[in-house]
Amino acid sequence: MLSPLILGIAVLNGLLTGAVYALVALGLTLIYGVLHIINFAHGALLSAALFAAFFAHQKLGLDPYAAALLLAPAFFAVGYALQRFIIGPAARGDERNMLLVTLGLAVLIENALLYAFRADTRTVDLPYSFKTLDLGFVFLAVPRLISFAAVFAVALALWAIMALTDTGKAIRAVAREKLGAELAGIDVAHVYAMTFGLGTACVAIAACLLVPTYYVNPGAGNAFVLIAFTVVVLGGMGSVPGALIGGLIIGVVESLGGFLLGESLGQVSIFLIFIVVLLLRPRGLFGASA
Amino acid sequence: MKGPLLIAAVVAAFAAVPLFVHSNVVFNFLVVTLLIALAGQGWNIIGGYGGQYSFGHAAFFGTGAYVTAILQMRYGVNAWIGFVGGIAAGAAVGAIIGGLAFRAGLRSSYFALVTLAFAEVLRILASVAPITGAGVGILIKLDLRPQSFQFQSRAVFYLVILALVAASLAIAQTLERSRFGAWLIAVRENEDAAMALGVDATAVKLGAMVISAAVTAAAGCFYAQYFLFVDAGIAYGPWISIEALLTPIIGGAGTVFGPLVGALAVKALGEGAKLWTGDVPGLDLMIYGALLVIVVAFAPAGLVGTLANVRERAARRLRAPRKGRAEAARG
Repeated sequence: MLSPLILGIAVLNGLLTGAVYALVALGLTLIYGVLHIINFAHGALLSAALFAAFFAHQKLGLDPYAAALLLAPAFFAVGYALQRFIIGPAARGDERNMLLVTLGLAVLIENALLYAFRADTRTVDLPYSFKTLDLGFVFLAVPRLISFAAVFAVALALWAIMALTDTGKAIRAVAREKLGAELAGIDVAHVYAMTFGLGTACVAIAACLLVPTYYVNPGAGNAFVLIAFTVVVLGGMGSVPGALIGGLIIGVVESLGGFLLGESLGQVSIFLIFIVVLLLRPRGLFGASA
Repeated sequence: MKGPLLIAAVVAAFAAVPLFVHSNVVFNFLVVTLLIALAGQGWNIIGGYGGQYSFGHAAFFGTGAYVTAILQMRYGVNAWIGFVGGIAAGAAVGAIIGGLAFRAGLRSSYFALVTLAFAEVLRILASVAPITGAGVGILIKLDLRPQSFQFQSRAVFYLVILALVAASLAIAQTLERSRFGAWLIAVRENEDAAMALGVDATAVKLGAMVISAAVTAAAGCFYAQYFLFVDAGIAYGPWISIEALLTPIIGGAGTVFGPLVGALAVKALGEGAKLWTGDVPGLDLMIYGALLVIVVAFAPAGLVGTLANVRERAARRLRAPRKGRAEAARG
């Protein structure tokens, strides 16, 4: 029963799922790397983005992949505004306050969605939702292959922004030495907000990639966010390659764990990795020393 | 009025309620409010006094609730003994989580994350393990006798939870005035400095975590006895982690009365919103989330702390002109 072929298929599927985890985690790790806060509102923002992608398809007839071009800038603006006008001023630079403010926003956003749209689960029907690619030994879902490729495109774009633009340079400067960057005339509040915006844009793209195969409800994002925390901790807080590799690893662990232990216990295996990594090596695989 | 006297007065005022009110709706509201105040007082000990923000106090609440229910229904243990067992189990879980997290040196964000993860692991395990009734949950058999910790009248339940809250207020007060409490607050204010002065930060945090877990577990035990039903989403769900944190933060973290004041404010607001718009899911939590952001932004000391600040400022303003007059007379 446990033939290598079946295990191989589980691993392949895990890699495809893991890519989306990686994208959600990418936003989280970017924000952590620069602002040094764990954004507890990340999952709620993902739920909001899923709803946005759903309604873009429902009301405007936009294909989710096309909607990404619209939603990524829109959520960039949302993230920018959240950090600039709410999180930054409310937390006043205190780490405990930031935890509370992002948690408060998470509760607020998730329940505003629940209030507005109720707990009903919605799905988007697309002609290619169930298209598969026959590799001879396995059928792979086409939307998941597309999202796999898209995640690496986004990671590349993010790298380009960080490496080649002035904004990217400013972000890296603030991440490395905040006070020095401030003295060199960099507007730190603006850079923080830009970073938060980029992280939130990652979430919007992830939502557009998920919508063809995933469901939409007010708690949908939460399923991802704890996994994304795990990915970020495993890969190392603030490390972009860590988030990518961590995402793929967690995707495979979940797929194999679910296959071998059943779905619920597969989830537990992820959290156990999370706890063990936190306790034994909190800087993760690729993180700088904590 | 200060200290034990104030606690006695507040508890007496609450205890007088059954003399005037006989409505079960009111008792239900008050019982749930006091239940959250108790869970919040637990959070307050490690979070408010110790500055270690736990995002997973559901781990203790749920353990208390489940152990109470399991001891009674699976092993035929008396409910009161089950109650004590639930508190002990909650404290043990607190010792394990605290021991692991503090020994590994996890602070702030990392501590919040690891507590959250433990609560999630327990929730998932409780939703599949046979002993917890898996997805179905556990019903406690209806047996309305005081020796089974079940009462005909809501008023008696109300007095029982009030006694538990009174005990938790006394614990917080004792902590605040003890040497241990001073160490704990020193660790919150500056852990490295406290250690340099010879405070064993890990041991102090661990001790506070155990007390904190026991108090929150007591709230879980009471929940099981009051509602006679426990399942994974209720016992280990994120709602209780959030409410246990919300009430002391809003009422005033690191103050004796913060959790009680916060619970009254939060529950009154939630009920008010429900009366106003009808019972729409999400509305009360939506308000709580907004409230959390607003309090952190504008009243970081919480309701109790802000009130104290205002009083102090008013007192200073009253004193100031008198001093001015004295100086004028001298000049």
